[in-house]
Amino acid sequence: MTLASAIRRPATRTPDTGGRRRPVDHGAWFLVLPALIPILVLSVGPLLYGIALAFTDAQSGRTAPTQWIGALNFQDLLHDTLFWDSFRIGLLWAVGVTVPQFLLALGLALLLDQDLRLRPLARALAIIPWAMPEVVVGIMWRLVYNPDAGILNETLRDLGLGDGHDWLSGLGTALPAVIVVGVWAGMPQTTVALLAGLQNTPRELHEAAAMDGAGAWRRFLTVTWPALRPIALAITALNFIWNFNSFALVYVLTNGGPGGRTRLPMLFAYEEAFRYGQFGYAAAMGCVMVAVISVLLAIRLAGRLKGDEDA
Amino acid sequence: MKTRKGARAGQYLALLAYLVFLAFPFLWLISTAFKPARELASLHPTWIPRSPTLANFRQAFDEQPLLHAALNSLLAALGAAVVAVLIATPMAYVMARHRTPMAKAATGWVVVSQAFPFVLVIIPLFLVLKNLRLIDSLLGLVMVYVVWALPFALWMLVGYVRAVPAELEEAAAVDGAGRARTLLSVTAPLLAPGIVATALFAFISAWNEFFFALVLLKTPERQTLPVVLTHFIGAEGVADLGPLAAAATLATLPSLVVFAIIQKRITGGMLAGAVKS
Repeated sequence: MTLASAIRRPATRTPDTGGRRRPVDHGAWFLVLPALIPILVLSVGPLLYGIALAFTDAQSGRTAPTQWIGALNFQDLLHDTLFWDSFRIGLLWAVGVTVPQFLLALGLALLLDQDLRLRPLARALAIIPWAMPEVVVGIMWRLVYNPDAGILNETLRDLGLGDGHDWLSGLGTALPAVIVVGVWAGMPQTTVALLAGLQNTPRELHEAAAMDGAGAWRRFLTVTWPALRPIALAITALNFIWNFNSFALVYVLTNGGPGGRTRLPMLFAYEEAFRYGQFGYAAAMGCVMVAVISVLLAIRLAGRLKGDEDA
Repeated sequence: MKTRKGARAGQYLALLAYLVFLAFPFLWLISTAFKPARELASLHPTWIPRSPTLANFRQAFDEQPLLHAALNSLLAALGAAVVAVLIATPMAYVMARHRTPMAKAATGWVVVSQAFPFVLVIIPLFLVLKNLRLIDSLLGLVMVYVVWALPFALWMLVGYVRAVPAELEEAAAVDGAGRARTLLSVTAPLLAPGIVATALFAFISAWNEFFFALVLLKTPERQTLPVVLTHFIGAEGVADLGPLAAAATLATLPSLVVFAIIQKRITGGMLAGAVKS
């Protein structure tokens, strides 16, 4: 969602001057309540309510009272091939966006860390996708992908490569096409985060390594990457979650089509809830999404920690 | 020396490739917005419109209530930014200065809140707001935006508070200033730029937000700009490209302007602060 939340906890915890242990006086509560109450009422509360709804047959606009139906929604979900199709697409999309996003952002960050002439322009440009509303990004790429008037097909025609493919409607091309947009849209945050990490790496280390005759690749492996790793891991994990949960971009680009080939889990749950009114069932989908993502990340993190111990 | 030059050239080449990748969809959007219908219908689209026109902008305003939508977006984004910052600043101060279980829980919530698919929160919120008769109202949307903006507002502000040396506050206290006075005359001025940056960031996020607005706002006159933009794309996915591009270009301008203002703070100060802290 945002950069601020992307940066998370500092990678290295230097002793901070501000956060010392001091007893809380009662004035602190007065300072906290204005934010705490909305958080509890409009965030934590609805979240718990949402989880509870997953165990009911709640529907919109129904007069009969909502019934507690236990795990029935989850049993139905287990056999809902459409949901698992969308889940698979969601994972494909999340990996397909997150990995190239990271690699491209790393490349750009490394370039921007150099003393190059176009740097200010590049920095400004790299920010644009970030400032744009997701809906506009989607609209913009629809214009690029447009079969007749789009720049992509025009360029291909000029190069003599095929003519007039409808990228967003093709069964085989729709998912790759939206993945490219996802990569484009999310690159800036990742670049800026990695750039900040790079600029925190002590220059002396680089110079020392260069003096020792280490080449660029070796310097990257021995100096840059170790320093960058914590922030790289944090931003990648977050990007993965955000991408898996994303909605607006694909809603505008394909609305899940063609034939469900780009129907991300969020699009599926949205339709289930607000087109068909199946609140309980959609809430159950949300729960499954959270659960699987948490497990995946836990495994990944556990693997990382183990790797660290081995290292 | 030769390899060094070669490496430089490679770097510039790579940077150029990035610039093209980042810029070309954006330039295409703007170019499309100024193209007359005739040029749009041509099978060989031009990069730069041969006879640029404002007709698409006029048509966009005729087709959809864009001004009204922009006003709605402005109100929602302003409301969200102001309220979020007003209530987040005191809490961020406590979180930054005291290590209490509550501060830890708040930090945990900031992290966890990022992982939840919004659908799990929006269904209950929809039901609650419906009971309060706040569906299809900007007030309801602002309430949702405030809470949605709080995690990152807290995150940014905690960083900014940490950057204000506690010693300054202690010195003021030694000089006999009360708690409120210390906060207002010592801490607040030093924190002000950070607060403004946070508010602007919350503003952009709300201005750009789509999912909550799509679910909560039903009547066209009450919808925000991103939702109204999707009306340009017909049910069959067919769109009138010119007006679509014109409206999309206009909707981006405010965020770009605001972002240009806070860009330095975000890329520079805030990030460095967050990473080092």
